[in-house]
Amino acid sequence: MMPMKLGQFHGGLRLPGCKADSMLSPVTAAPIPPRLYVPLKQHIGAAAEPVIRIGDHVLKGQLLADSDSHVTAPVHAPTSGTVVEIVEHTVPHPSGMTAPCIVIETDGKDEWRPNLSAHSQYHLLSPNELRQIIRDAGIVGLGGAGFPAFLKLNPGQDKLVETLILNGAECEPYITCDAMLMQERARDILDGLHIMRHAVQARHCIIGIEDHNSAAIAAMQAALSKEEQKHISIIAIPTRYPTGGEKQLIKVLTNKEVPSHKLPIDIGVVCHNVGTAFAVADAVLRGIPLISRYVTITGGAIKTPQNLITQFGTPMAFLLDHCGLQRDKLSRLLMGGPMMGLQISDLQTPVIKTSNCLLALGPGEAGDTHPEMPCIRCGECARVCPAQLLPQQLYWWSRARDFDKVQDYNLFDCIECGCCAWVCPSHIPLVQYYRFAKTEIWQQERDKRKSDHARDRHEFRQLRMERKKREDEERKRKKKELLQRANAGKDETKKSAIDEALARVQAKKAQQQTESRNTDNLTPAQQKQIEAADARRANQTPADTTGDEGSEA
Amino acid sequence: MSLIISSPHQHPANSVSRVMLSVVYALIPGCIAHVWFFGPGLLVNMSIAIAAALLTEAWILRLRRRPIKPALYDGSALVTAILFALTLPPLAPWWIPFVGIVFAMIFAKHLYGGLGQNPFNPAMVGYAMLLIAFPQEMTRWSVPQLPELHSLGWLDVLRHSFTGALPTGTGYDALTMATPLDHTKTQIALDQTVQAAHASYKFMGQIAGYGWEWINILFMFGGAWLIVRRIITWHIPAAMLCGLGLFALVAFLSAPATHASPLFHLFSGATMLGAFFIATDPVTAATTTRGRLIYGAGIGVLIYIIRYWGGYPDAVAFSVLLMNMAVPTIDYYTQPRVFGHKG
Ligand code: SF4
Ligand code: SF4
Repeated sequence: MMPMKLGQFHGGLRLPGCKADSMLSPVTAAPIPPRLYVPLKQHIGAAAEPVIRIGDHVLKGQLLADSDSHVTAPVHAPTSGTVVEIVEHTVPHPSGMTAPCIVIETDGKDEWRPNLSAHSQYHLLSPNELRQIIRDAGIVGLGGAGFPAFLKLNPGQDKLVETLILNGAECEPYITCDAMLMQERARDILDGLHIMRHAVQARHCIIGIEDHNSAAIAAMQAALSKEEQKHISIIAIPTRYPTGGEKQLIKVLTNKEVPSHKLPIDIGVVCHNVGTAFAVADAVLRGIPLISRYVTITGGAIKTPQNLITQFGTPMAFLLDHCGLQRDKLSRLLMGGPMMGLQISDLQTPVIKTSNCLLALGPGEAGDTHPEMPCIRCGECARVCPAQLLPQQLYWWSRARDFDKVQDYNLFDCIECGCCAWVCPSHIPLVQYYRFAKTEIWQQERDKRKSDHARDRHEFRQLRMERKKREDEERKRKKKELLQRANAGKDETKKSAIDEALARVQAKKAQQQTESRNTDNLTPAQQKQIEAADARRANQTPADTTGDEGSEA
Repeated sequence: MSLIISSPHQHPANSVSRVMLSVVYALIPGCIAHVWFFGPGLLVNMSIAIAAALLTEAWILRLRRRPIKPALYDGSALVTAILFALTLPPLAPWWIPFVGIVFAMIFAKHLYGGLGQNPFNPAMVGYAMLLIAFPQEMTRWSVPQLPELHSLGWLDVLRHSFTGALPTGTGYDALTMATPLDHTKTQIALDQTVQAAHASYKFMGQIAGYGWEWINILFMFGGAWLIVRRIITWHIPAAMLCGLGLFALVAFLSAPATHASPLFHLFSGATMLGAFFIATDPVTAATTTRGRLIYGAGIGVLIYIIRYWGGYPDAVAFSVLLMNMAVPTIDYYTQPRVFGHKG
């Protein structure tokens, strides 16, 4: 390990870990449920479109759905079985909304698709080819947000990647899936890291792990060879929530701050989750697409808390029952941790790519339920805010619906970590107010964009009509000329025809060039847009976020 | 507002009432000292103030059609009443605490919208109003409870409070006197030196007035306990005491004959109560870290200025109220540098 001075972020919390219970037994594979509900959208970006038909028999790892959109991720069959229907089914979402899911009646054989294309010689592949493989494997960020990984592995032209960070911090209480993965699959994670390093051409890699997690640190250290130590360092970082937040982790590990409204890549850093690295290794070295993940099942209402390798589409109830859910004790079911998790009200909601933890809180575990009191301006929220915001001002202006003021107080730098609401003695659901304000602002922007769009379309139409008129006249004129020339001499006609053909070819070429630039490498601006979409987290108004933003970015 | 239950999904056992109760506990040692040195008058005033505060609060909440119970249980009215009572002379007619606290609750708290909305510290508004309207009653401080002095017992104090009658053979002259701060100020105004003023005051202690220094020390300890328990932060008290202490030190060093020592200022009157309990009232104080330092230091400096040049011997109330006015501006200009923004 390199001696290194760690950075520090402001505020944060020391939270009770509550992690030991789910780390007692080694990770096993969850049983296969009779039916899987595989959502077409388990990521940020456009929903994938089914490429199979109802009634088809599918094999494990077979492509189920894909999309032409740029920001998207394909979906594969987690096991073998028959596609019985494609229905609207509850998916993990703050509003408990439904979305299209492919329903597979499993056959229990768990039979793999033949001819998985493994690339053990990955370093012979170009970064672009690697990204394609990672995209086709449907890999998204497994740390929580679910942003397509291949996009985050594309630094863009003339961006040098100084540091590639693997996030093993897992700072939320209860969640242990990354810790277990590091303990059990350290070698695979390192393999994935090498592949990612090759894809972004990073100079140096850091794996950040919270210092309480000594077993994971030891396992990763043990797997790290002498040779690898030259460019990979494993760093134990102080346990403090939210040190696993991307910007916080970068600050701790590199002492650099990602500027507001910028991306890590703008300061030469790329950051991925350890689970994502593992999935990349699977995809590239073994040809296995992303169809399952480590999921922590824990909480006071669970008899045997543990981690299970779970196939996507498995109904949560099935998994919870397998771990001994005591329904009478269940006070609240969360996907994720207590600080940022999502409340799940329908137990049939399927596990998806971003489901790191199912937390079944028992009686009293959700803490007290005091009524909301007025803000007493105690400033506790500002003391703990890792983004150094003034949460109480944000609250004040969100409540007053003064959205300009909220943005003056940098609402969009809020990472929704929940530290402020955690400490607030008045029990104000602060984060809820911020989400409300953000949604409102996005809605306003969308409305504005829509009207701009309509105006643009109108102007474009006008333009097209004019052009058409011009072209018509031109054609008429040319015809006339041609007729005149035909009388003058045949040779000249031929020559002008050739000229015209040549010009056409050239024009087409030029057009192709611009087109290919549009779709090939993302410009930083575009990537930023995508990241903005990321931040939106497909969060609030589902109908709008499905296609719109993806195609735009 | 959306009804979706949003993260975080756990909360520690923290609440407004826990904060307020801690403040009450921290006040207890100082209050005991107060009663020990100046008699049971404080408890009488305090009881009247608390009862009146809670009743007024309940009454207004009913008028405003707001839930009454949570507001009464949050403890904020209780703390306001206790702090307010601590500023009153122990020997006061019943209507002094009553009128003061009712005025404070109505005009300084609820007319602004209740808990959390008031720009001015309600206890200090009540005190300042009384001081301006009833200067005579408000400046009659009790003599210390000493064996050689005629001191009043429980019943005497209660009777005085409700009937205005003093035990036969005594009068205000024998039972009350100016506070050390007051005495020093008037003597200096009469061209006496500080030393002569202190020498002519009958009950001086080691560093400040007899009794006063102990009350201040105990409030300081109570405040320190609040800091340790993270109910308040150190910024405002430290800045205020430094502001007052440094200003007093410079003045004292430049003209020791006309300026009392910094220690005298720090341990006299309501200095410690103000620093740890009044200036730190979260609702009316600055909220940013740098803002709190400025706010506290401002109060400290103003206290000295008013004590020396102004018309009032103590000055905590007016200094706090003046700085309350500056809070929005202070907060605005001391916003922390947001993560990822340039300094
Ligand atoms: S923690 Fe709560 S009560 Fe305190 S200032 Fe922040 S929002 Fe207000
Ligand atoms: S939720 Fe937002 S405002 Fe609250 S502490 Fe986290 S970053 Fe700060």
